[in-house]
Amino acid sequence: MDFTIQNNKDTRSGFGEGLLEAGRRNPKVVAFCADLTGSLKMGDFAKEFPERFFQTGIAEANMINMAAGMALSGFVPFTGTFAAFSTGRVYDQIRQSVAYSNKNVKIAASHAGVTLGEDGATHQILEDIGMMKMLPNMTVIVPCDFNQTKNATIAAAEYEGPVYLRFGRPKVPNFTPVDEKFIIGKAQMLQEGTDVTIFACGHLVWKAVQALPILKEMGINAELINIHTIKPLDVEAVLKSVAKTRCVVTAEEHQRNGGLGDSIAQVLALNLPCPMEMVAVNDVFGQSGTPDELLKAYHLDTPDIVEAVKKVVGRKQ
Amino acid sequence: MTINELERIASQVRRDIIRMVHGCQSGHPGGSLGATDIVTALYFDQMQIDPANFRMDGNGEDMFFLSNGHISPMFYSILARRGYFPVSELATFRRLGTRLQGHPTTAEGLPGVRIASGSLGQGLSVAVGAAQAKRLNGDKHLVFVLMGDGEQEEGQIWEAAMYAPAKGVDNLVAIIDYNKKQIDGPTDEVLNLGDLRAKYEAFGWNVLEMSGNNMQAVVNTLKFARENAFQGAPQLILAHTEMGYGVDFMMGTHKWHGSAPNDEQAANALSQLEETLGDY
Repeated sequence: MDFTIQNNKDTRSGFGEGLLEAGRRNPKVVAFCADLTGSLKMGDFAKEFPERFFQTGIAEANMINMAAGMALSGFVPFTGTFAAFSTGRVYDQIRQSVAYSNKNVKIAASHAGVTLGEDGATHQILEDIGMMKMLPNMTVIVPCDFNQTKNATIAAAEYEGPVYLRFGRPKVPNFTPVDEKFIIGKAQMLQEGTDVTIFACGHLVWKAVQALPILKEMGINAELINIHTIKPLDVEAVLKSVAKTRCVVTAEEHQRNGGLGDSIAQVLALNLPCPMEMVAVNDVFGQSGTPDELLKAYHLDTPDIVEAVKKVVGRKQ
Repeated sequence: MTINELERIASQVRRDIIRMVHGCQSGHPGGSLGATDIVTALYFDQMQIDPANFRMDGNGEDMFFLSNGHISPMFYSILARRGYFPVSELATFRRLGTRLQGHPTTAEGLPGVRIASGSLGQGLSVAVGAAQAKRLNGDKHLVFVLMGDGEQEEGQIWEAAMYAPAKGVDNLVAIIDYNKKQIDGPTDEVLNLGDLRAKYEAFGWNVLEMSGNNMQAVVNTLKFARENAFQGAPQLILAHTEMGYGVDFMMGTHKWHGSAPNDEQAANALSQLEETLGDY
């Protein structure tokens, strides 16, 4: 993988462009938004397809169920609001009318994690991946940069079934290929290595990319895999890598409970037990601050990934 | 269909309800009995539907959603009697492996059911979404939804109640099964609903009222609602019903909201309900 930074862009803008493109490709794509059109970057879609855009007001429960009702007739509805209000606030609606009823609703969740920043813990959801992955029928996607979020949005529109699509607020390095076909459930190999496997998702993928040269200097040849689809998890890719490296670090902007690390740990415990470290938020809420400050404060930064790798490699020996 | 024919169907549906709930010794007979006339009139007279060729998308036909899913015995009986699935399947209600789950669901693929319900307050929103889909498709059919009155205590109902008139969703007919009882007691005591008519009117709905256990009144009101659709506002029918209607000892009390009759009580109930179409 070429790690050249093409530009710095927010993943939510990738969603906005992806939604517009999905809308152009398929006239059945419709979008709902609960008074956060600007934040979710849904304005271009609303402008180009006003009859297919539904402003619901600040009424997320109604939004989720309307989307389910519209999906019945063959439409492909996206719902848009912050991740906090896309999950916890509407869990029962999603559970009964989307997941259990297996409706083709795409839940687009922005401003996930601590990198939402100054708004603080009320809005910085760190439990959403766990909530969503527990639901049968639900697919959970956490793309890592602008390009990947755009491509994942297009892929979600083409996929038949409930999808939770998680992305964020800040501008981050955009490095994955433009217009690369996003394959749901297929882990993305970013760098092959032999000594340790780093599984990362979302904003923490770039933090892990930055750890690679540091680790190399320390004589550690790390493999980096982007698990952009938390569910269904690419178990084959996980086991294949770990069979080679025999130790694992996971990195995510989410609670340790219920997150990516938890999913990987379950696969390894059942199939291939080995030393593992988790870079994640550990059972606390977030707080106000800048995204960079918060990533440091909650130990979700590149040095934390480096430390975790050193530790897990040591445990292997 | 004549009023007498509809009443005869309703009588059989009520027998089915008693026998289903008695058979598995669980379920919700009271509300099921009370709402029978409304849903019978919808499925056997007022709705334009094609039971033999059930389509999940509901395109080109009227659609019905049951928001208060716990009155599933009534819903299942009417679907079966209308030809969506074999009447004999009613005997499997609430039993392991059945398509007739305690609350309606699509998970087992039961024809006639388009979305799960049971957790209250969601059906009106689903119906608004389906109605908007029909508008996008240029489909001039209607969407009906039945809700409980106790269900009006759910906040989400009022999100949808605010949305539908604001967005001019006028191909929608919502019906409240206004029996004034819920599982813990009279709605007046549990949480007074206040003036439901005034509340919906204030939100911008055209509100109709009917005697929900008088088949002639039900048919007339549904027909009126159909004729008055597509005039800019959604319609709400406040259906004054009696929980347990048709079985004397189940009326006038909330006690049969969610409990099953024993053998003696079931026999007593069935003696009050004429077998018109043949028991399953």
